[in-house]
Amino acid sequence: MKINKNMLFTIIGVLIILIIAMGLSLIASSFPDGLEKVAENYGFIDRATVVLSEGFFLIPDYAFQGVENEYAQTSLAGLFGVLMIFALFAIVYLIYKLVSAGRTGKDNKDKAIKI
Amino acid sequence: MHIPDGFIDLKTAAATGALSAGGLAWAIYGIKKYFRARVIAMMGVMSALIFALQMINFTIPGGTSGHLLGGALAAIILGPHAGAIVIAVVLIVQALIFMDGGIVALGSNIFNMAIIGVYGSFAIYWLLSRISKSKWMFFIAIAAASWASVVIASFFAALELGVSGTYAIGITIKAMLGVHAIIGLGEAAITLAIIAFIYRVRPELILTRNGGLK
Repeated sequence: MKINKNMLFTIIGVLIILIIAMGLSLIASSFPDGLEKVAENYGFIDRATVVLSEGFFLIPDYAFQGVENEYAQTSLAGLFGVLMIFALFAIVYLIYKLVSAGRTGKDNKDKAIKI
Repeated sequence: MHIPDGFIDLKTAAATGALSAGGLAWAIYGIKKYFRARVIAMMGVMSALIFALQMINFTIPGGTSGHLLGGALAAIILGPHAGAIVIAVVLIVQALIFMDGGIVALGSNIFNMAIIGVYGSFAIYWLLSRISKSKWMFFIAIAAASWASVVIASFFAALELGVSGTYAIGITIKAMLGVHAIIGLGEAAITLAIIAFIYRVRPELILTRNGGLK
């Protein structure tokens, strides 16, 4: 497969996203966010509950439970989230391609304005 | 400002949930006009980028942190309809997989950040862009829209807390606006940096500026 300019741009974009999710996420501030701070200041932070059991969540609090190391937990959580979102849109993309395969015309626009 | 469960009552959650469902239905209807393979791919990349950037909390004065919401970023690159869907996908994944933001409160969070944050900021961007098509007005519009997206979303979050009787409504609104006026500066800086970069290397990807929404 020939690597063209568009593919290169996309690959670099995906790499940047992975660096953010798996690397930069390790140095994120751990201070409470704006809403949590307000809730702490006015004493209603304790009202926060989890309506479902924690077991429902695959990666609670961005900590991937398969490994011990805290940094690895965050990195893997970031990787997993990014892959999951790509997978979701990939499914939509494939369905769209399948549906529009029969109907040409609309997709020609894609060829006209190549990114 | 992902609202956890327990902060808002059921009637508020139901009301904002209904508004979110209506808003997303409108977004799906609106996106049909320019829905094509390239736009779906861009939405996927934008969604993943915003998810990643939302993991990066930055410290603001007072022992507090904030992170990008991305509503204005998505709306300005992809148009408001695709932007609303992109932010909603991020919020749904965060709530269902990462326990970030409540399940009952998901409708409120989508309403504040994906509906109000996106369409509200896009309205500001659109109005300012009408004054002038110049590059500088474009950047001013981005900064204003992204700052406002955070502040408006925080206003609605505070309103929902107040209506739920979690805390006095006036004080909550004042406190939320105060802290998010500062977090909004971070939102504006990050949004400006990303869009300025895209504007330099791939201006045709900014769909709201080159007639890509047709």
